Amino acid sequence: MDSPYVSRSTINKARLWKSNRPVLRWLDIELTERCNNNCIHCYINLPPDDSNAMKMELSGNELKRILKEAASLGCLKVRFTGGEPFLRKDFEELYVFSRRLGLKVAVFTNATLLTEKLAAVFSRFPPMEKIEVSVYGMKKSSYEFVTRVPGSYEAAKKGIGILLDKKIPFAVKNTLTPFNKKEVSRFDNWAKSIQGGEGVPYNIFFNLHCRRDERKNRFIRKFRVSPTEGVKFLMRDKKAYSKAILNFCSRFIGPPGDRLFSCGSGKGIGCVDAYGKFQPCMLLRHPDCVYDLKGGSLKDALENFFPRLREAKAMKSDYLNRCAECFLKDLCEQCPGVSWMEHGVLDRPVEYFCNIAHTQARAIGLLNPGEMGWEVSGWRERISKCVKKGGRDYENKY
Amino acid sequence: MKTNISIDKIYVPSKDVVSREVQGEFILIPIVSGMDKNKEAIFTLNETGRLIWDKLAKKKSIRKIVSELSLEFASPARKIQENVLGFLKELLKRKMIVSS
Repeated sequence: MDSPYVSRSTINKARLWKSNRPVLRWLDIELTERCNNNCIHCYINLPPDDSNAMKMELSGNELKRILKEAASLGCLKVRFTGGEPFLRKDFEELYVFSRRLGLKVAVFTNATLLTEKLAAVFSRFPPMEKIEVSVYGMKKSSYEFVTRVPGSYEAAKKGIGILLDKKIPFAVKNTLTPFNKKEVSRFDNWAKSIQGGEGVPYNIFFNLHCRRDERKNRFIRKFRVSPTEGVKFLMRDKKAYSKAILNFCSRFIGPPGDRLFSCGSGKGIGCVDAYGKFQPCMLLRHPDCVYDLKGGSLKDALENFFPRLREAKAMKSDYLNRCAECFLKDLCEQCPGVSWMEHGVLDRPVEYFCNIAHTQARAIGLLNPGEMGWEVSGWRERISKCVKKGGRDYENKY
Repeated sequence: MKTNISIDKIYVPSKDVVSREVQGEFILIPIVSGMDKNKEAIFTLNETGRLIWDKLAKKKSIRKIVSELSLEFASPARKIQENVLGFLKELLKRKMIVSS
């Protein structure tokens, strides 16, 4: 810029908050749990015409009140997700309202309900972040095997076509299923043609249902890939994987002790569910961990409720003997939210994710065969050694 | 492209820009496309930039703004005018301010 009075940046790169972070930095909002797809692995979706859900959902005015409070607390980014957010008839209104508050809006969608009219809104009021589109396959058969809705493949193609035609920035992401495994390189190439060289995110290790619906859980479990298969998939680009994972390990991992929350959930971030319950993150819906915004405020939750919650300590002996002592804990996706979905409590090890973390650690040489993360005392040396080697150990194994 | 600007005109903040103060930083967030090549761009104003923005919102002419700043900063009007015009040309070019 040619003026000393102004500097140009982006919300992600701006030097805002470096010293003094706002009460709320980023807010996720699940506009609805309903979805027009019925994906085999989905942890949340309800039928699109679920009248009970519709009755319970926050009204447009309630959502606007929340958005206004978010902006007043310094929030610069809101993410609209679901279910399928475009199912809400007032999506456009809520989207423009958010943009007029000066919020950057991230949108998660399957793009099947995207219309020319909505695309025109995205063109006029850019979300300031790429729209994220879930795509489940490159062919009708593989796509609709996941969505279980005839016609959804064509609808998604049409929606994506509109985004391309209108030059609306978007990114695609995929889910690894038995029916699209053979399409991976084709998908990766197509995704790169859309979003450049950025890595393509895959949903590989499925979470169970967020409301603990056992009928859905049986289905989700059936389609979970084994830890070995999943890790092998993650390592299809060995160099990139090695670099990322070793960088992560050298910076973040270590035994967490008995404190349940070692992540940043509820610390300047949170997720409002479709019914006005404020969660510390997208996953954690344990009734004792959510705050009812219909009788309170984001500020009260962030300044009082979540900090108290984050003090919680694990009580279960299997957690204390394993997870609390395990240096791989931050590599593992086990967390209070996942434990809740799997076991109905906050502090029980989740075997599936424990196995995945151990498989990854063995693959990069952090663990020996048969060794468990909570048995290793010299974990810092292990990590340093592994970083020095650059993870070369696993190259021969995978 | 050359941007013509008249010192006796009144320019006001566009309705398509949102100004927000976040943790002591004063930022302008475009909400429509076309204000910058980067659709994710935001603009941070320093203290003087913010003063000018507030005066624009009060529908003051550029001449009036320059004269007030000259008094506030005890600085020659000529130098201030040069900087203010440079700043406003930048904003006008981006359609972040409009003629009142």
